[in-house]
Amino acid sequence: MKLKLMAATAAIALTGAAAQANTLVYCSEGSPEGFDPALFTAGTTFDASSHPIYNRLLEFETGTTNVIPGLAESVEASDDGLEYTFKLRQGVKFHSNDEFTPTRDFNADDVIFSFMRQKDEGHPFNQVSGGTWEYFQGMGMPDLVESIEKVDDYTVKFKLSKPEAPFVANMAMDFASILSAEYADAMMEAGTPEKLNTAPIGTGPFSFVAYQKDAVIRYANNGDYWKAPADVDNLIFAITPDASVRYQKLKAGECHIMPYPNPADIQAMQDDADINMMEQEGLNVGYLAYNTTMEPFDNPKVRKALNMAIDKNAIIDVVFQGSGQVAKNPIPPTMWGYNDAITDDAYDPEAAKAMLEAEGVSDLSMKIWAMPVQRPYNPNARRMAELLQADFAKVGVDVEIVSYEWGEYLSRSKDLNRDGAVLLGWTGDNGDPDNFLAVLLGCDGREASNRAQWCHEPFEDLILKAKQSTDQAERTKLYEEAQAVFKEQAPWATIAHSVVYMPMSNKVQGYKVHPLGGHIFYGVSVE
Amino acid sequence: MFGYFLSRLGMFIPTFLGVTLISFMFIRVLPGDPIIVMAGERGMTEERYQEMVEKLGFDKPVLQQYWEYLTGVLQGDLGESFVTKKPVWDEFFALFPATMELSLCAMIFAVALGLPAGVIAAVNRGKFFDRALMSSALVGYSMPIFWWALLLIIVFSGNLGWTPVSGRIDLLYYFPDVTGFMLIDSLLSGQEGAFASAVRHLILPTIVLGTIPLAVIARQTRSAMLEVLGEDYIRTARAKGLAPVRINGLHALRNALIPVITVIGLSVGTLLAGAILTETIFSWPGIGKWMVDSIFRRDYPVVQGGLLMIAVIVMLVNLLVDVLYGVINPKIRRR
Repeated sequence: MKLKLMAATAAIALTGAAAQANTLVYCSEGSPEGFDPALFTAGTTFDASSHPIYNRLLEFETGTTNVIPGLAESVEASDDGLEYTFKLRQGVKFHSNDEFTPTRDFNADDVIFSFMRQKDEGHPFNQVSGGTWEYFQGMGMPDLVESIEKVDDYTVKFKLSKPEAPFVANMAMDFASILSAEYADAMMEAGTPEKLNTAPIGTGPFSFVAYQKDAVIRYANNGDYWKAPADVDNLIFAITPDASVRYQKLKAGECHIMPYPNPADIQAMQDDADINMMEQEGLNVGYLAYNTTMEPFDNPKVRKALNMAIDKNAIIDVVFQGSGQVAKNPIPPTMWGYNDAITDDAYDPEAAKAMLEAEGVSDLSMKIWAMPVQRPYNPNARRMAELLQADFAKVGVDVEIVSYEWGEYLSRSKDLNRDGAVLLGWTGDNGDPDNFLAVLLGCDGREASNRAQWCHEPFEDLILKAKQSTDQAERTKLYEEAQAVFKEQAPWATIAHSVVYMPMSNKVQGYKVHPLGGHIFYGVSVE
Repeated sequence: MFGYFLSRLGMFIPTFLGVTLISFMFIRVLPGDPIIVMAGERGMTEERYQEMVEKLGFDKPVLQQYWEYLTGVLQGDLGESFVTKKPVWDEFFALFPATMELSLCAMIFAVALGLPAGVIAAVNRGKFFDRALMSSALVGYSMPIFWWALLLIIVFSGNLGWTPVSGRIDLLYYFPDVTGFMLIDSLLSGQEGAFASAVRHLILPTIVLGTIPLAVIARQTRSAMLEVLGEDYIRTARAKGLAPVRINGLHALRNALIPVITVIGLSVGTLLAGAILTETIFSWPGIGKWMVDSIFRRDYPVVQGGLLMIAVIVMLVNLLVDVLYGVINPKIRRR
């Protein structure tokens, strides 16, 4: 025990010595739930696990939503869209730790292990660490993936139950990270299978060194990385939940990069010569969903009139304090397929009032539901509801604001007979428009994630066609048309996309703000 | 004395059972379904929801769930976190030393300053020092913790650069946990400068967390001392010509200590409550923030396990206080 401790201390002292020279310190906003990305759903967890430690068969190019080769060198879809064959990269090495040294390189067995533990309830690792595989389940993978076959050591074939183009983007998501089957077997044999989650082994640019709960996570550069090695020797996550304290740490030089600044601090950060402020529109949308099954909101003209009564610029100023942009479409502008030709409803209370009168709507009273939590797509729902209340009052609509505890809110807002319009939003998972349009507005989403309870046949046809096509140009066209239908039918008032700010020290080079919301430190250096 | 101790210990058992019931019920009466919260905006199918209900045991009658929880607790099993999937017991003991270290330092800070300040104020009743001290105590007691913490950080860490902003030790130092107490582990590590770094990191959180108990202890000591100083035996001691230091420090303070010890015992609860905010602001990896996060996530096993452990600690401290009463005042243990 003593020997082990001394060895650990010596190894760590070395890490400490190097820390002076070339260490990147990231003041993260929270603790990871664990280090096996497939078990969890939080972005904070993915920042600490899938991005530094693991790779996926396909990956998102940092700074874009483009899907590029990862551990698979290529992927080929069959003509009917039911089979995807992945050619795997050779010579990729897994990390090692005190208890495990890999005897072989990455191969097809690791791919099959990583997915089958999530799919097969009889798999020895299915129940390990209380596995509920929320993302795998949430993306509909159990029904979509019929089988995964090992063609040879470096070829894997996925058979699908139906053609579904977003499958390719799904393979680049965090839950699809590839773990070592050999490590899993070794840990099962040692009686500690949960170590897959607590002492992770991956193929990524950084290897896991240690985690002190709620305090620090340490990583070391993976010198055997299959791409060019990372630019820093050590990566440290200093867990700092309070945004003001993160800012003070950045100013004091205790960290190099921080996420999620307080909106009130942004101006001071921009004025600080030592801080480089990067920004990008987030892959999200905040919206007000009418219940399109209830009178008078079943009338698209009434919905349209109400949308025209909303002063979105005032909301951006007051609620987002400038760190947002007006949303005209249900998908964000950073996403492919975004229809920029669409014109947003003009803010015109007089015209809105006249339109409501023309539709025979007078003395309308309605409820607006305000979320009780802060989200990137809506930092203050109560305030937003108050602004909407004032806007609607100008066109003669009386609004009552209601709110519930978050779990209750999510649950009750799904009800088909819900009374009132709901403030909610969505952050994209995989950069595919289907992940917004089908999940939030498709007929299957009613009484679930489709809070407008909207099912409109022309729109549904377009998104179904787009889902089944593997031709990106054709899909883009279909999604653009779908957005035009959406705008005309107005099941939501699209309100805002947040702007993501990343303040960092001037010493940091090469950081790219990732539209999918993750924080990625491969390719980042510190002077 | 042993019989007195046993009688106090006897009261511990029903209180413990009551706490298990309250901690179990507390989180369940709050609105909000942990499965729905877990699923977030995405939601889940009814079929999947039922699967999860079954998996987490929510389909069983509440009484049965409580019985299983209680039998688990009695066997030292507090369950597994819904979120991290790790045993609550392991998580608690990974974090508790940090909270205990901070709370102990805050308590030592509060007692070391509060007791003498209270005595001096009582002896100088009505004079400038007394008024200044009592006004400061009132301000200290009323100050919002998060504001006070941020003010100290901005002044001492940001502007003057005397103390680190947050954390337990400089990131340069890294050694495995032995005791979980950073002051001890940094000494054991043998790394030069580690202990000094741990001390520097403790200064601001100790002041912030210790401010309210300091104010309470100073005020309580002052009023207890004033009461005792008016007693006949003190007047007699003065008439006999005993030195004021001996009268105040030995005769008066000893008798004034009983209510002060009560306040110190009760302050343990205040410290643990204050630790929630202090830990969040100073990124201190203790149980305070862990508990708050789990309430928002409706992580039942963590909330009920954490509450139970905190309650047991407060009960143990109060048991210790009861025993101390007996030591200080023999009349109490004869009752």
